[in-house]
Amino acid sequence: MVSEAQVWEALAEIPDPEIPVISLVDLGVIRAVAVENGSVRIEFTPTFLGCPALEVMRDAMAESVRALGAEPDVRVVLDDSWSTDKITPAGREKLRASGFAPPAPRSAGTATTLVELNSMAFRCPYCGSKETALENLFGPTPCRSVRYCNACRQPFEQFKTI
Amino acid sequence: MTTTSDLLLEIADDELILGWRDSEWTGIAPSLEEDVAFSSIAQNEIGHARALYELAARELGTDADALAFDRDPGEYRSAPLVERRRMDWAHTIARHFLYETADEIRLATLKESDNAEVAGLAAKMDREEQYHRLHARMWEERLRDEPRFRDAVHELWPFALGVLPPEQRATLAQRVGLDEVDAVERGQHSDELRELWEEMTIVRRSVPGATW
Repeated sequence: MVSEAQVWEALAEIPDPEIPVISLVDLGVIRAVAVENGSVRIEFTPTFLGCPALEVMRDAMAESVRALGAEPDVRVVLDDSWSTDKITPAGREKLRASGFAPPAPRSAGTATTLVELNSMAFRCPYCGSKETALENLFGPTPCRSVRYCNACRQPFEQFKTI
Repeated sequence: MTTTSDLLLEIADDELILGWRDSEWTGIAPSLEEDVAFSSIAQNEIGHARALYELAARELGTDADALAFDRDPGEYRSAPLVERRRMDWAHTIARHFLYETADEIRLATLKESDNAEVAGLAAKMDREEQYHRLHARMWEERLRDEPRFRDAVHELWPFALGVLPPEQRATLAQRVGLDEVDAVERGQHSDELRELWEEMTIVRRSVPGATW
């Protein structure tokens, strides 16, 4: 009989298809795991609804549960329970180490403003300078923006704060 | 407030059709940044459409793809604002600004829905839409004194009012700073929608049940 801890361990091995340095557990998109009578129920929230990796993540989770010898029941929960604050500290560090600026913490109750995004609160993941500027709110996937470091002249991607 | 599948379909159709229209800039936008921006916004709007169709499909006993692609063009509930084929940049930004402003008002109401699933989904959509709004407002600030842009906003204004139900239009007029006029209502479709429908449903119609 598979345990919840084993399932969490297996899920922690599944990379984000778009940013493979970080796992689905690091990303904070797995809301709950429950084991009942040989069936494993996983509640999962997409980061962005327009995320092209949604099906890939769902199938990978089902596959890893099957590999543990249990029947998967992966439920996609389309509510507001995920934000970038759910990314784990380990996940943030992995993002930084691979050249992604982690998302800034959400300011309580207020929407992100352009002023905040243009402020020098974002460190370059390469040289650590705060002399960085927003190049484009949008990037290669819905969850990413593009910034430029004026100190080491390196463009880099930033996980959007939402 | 009670939410019906009709309302979900209206919003889903708006987001699907606008997503297609926004994607018309992929590869040809005035700058690389805008190419990426409109492509990303398009992708996210279509993601919103899918989530809304899934909720509506459960109530209607069908599935999201069937709602998105198997209806006749006349059955779509999209607003005429989103159906217009790619326009010049001034009109594109005018539509983007007007639509995002209207959508924010609509989502605020939807977040108060008695249906917890609908309210939860609206909250998630609203969280993501803040980036669309930032982008739209940034451009509106840049262009607001340009006569071509102002003309485009005035031309599209009756269409923008038609995105919202009558009781929400005064709020839109106040936020945009224009007077309420007769709206171009939902339910009337141009030939442009039929042409888009022909294109977006061609695979589905050619090979029913195809998967890949």
